[in-house]
Amino acid sequence: MDSQGVAADPHLQQFIEVESQKQRFQQLVHQMTEVCWEKCMDKPGPKLDSRTEVCFVNCVERFIDTSQFILNRLEQTQRTRGSFSETITD
Amino acid sequence: MDSFGSDYSSAAGSGKMDTGTIMEQVKVQIAVANAQELLQRMTDKCFKKCIGKPGSTLDNSEQKCIAMCMDRYMDAWNTVSRAYNSRLQRERARM
Repeated sequence: MDSQGVAADPHLQQFIEVESQKQRFQQLVHQMTEVCWEKCMDKPGPKLDSRTEVCFVNCVERFIDTSQFILNRLEQTQRTRGSFSETITD
Repeated sequence: MDSFGSDYSSAAGSGKMDTGTIMEQVKVQIAVANAQELLQRMTDKCFKKCIGKPGSTLDNSEQKCIAMCMDRYMDAWNTVSRAYNSRLQRERARM
């Protein structure tokens, strides 16, 4: 009975999974565009010049590096701290 | 648990919504949400760039600046999207 809901439709489930992933991608693009705009953009000109474009590409790469670095370091400190981690995860 | 499931199926049953209709609606809602997100962030950024001291009207040079800023924001969005996509591709290849 309880598996008769719409959510149980495997087609729909797969669709939702794919769309969620696409949405996470888009959301991060929105976020990084905003962050990198502040870092890279002077006065908007008639074209996006190549120097600015390189800045945007580097900005994206370093933003992701930063995110991964922080994640790794947090994981490390969690592991070495032991008892402390309980208060953090709570 | 039970009520969640039955809520769902009754809502879907009464409206005769098939999977295809739901997918279509979800897609439309996602597109609207993304457009709103872009509009909001673009307005914020271009207002900052183009409106120094808000005057009594949106003057000609400000309008030109905003138009240019919108185009550059879209360029930036697409550049970021491409860069992020290629990063994902590279990381997937490494795995």
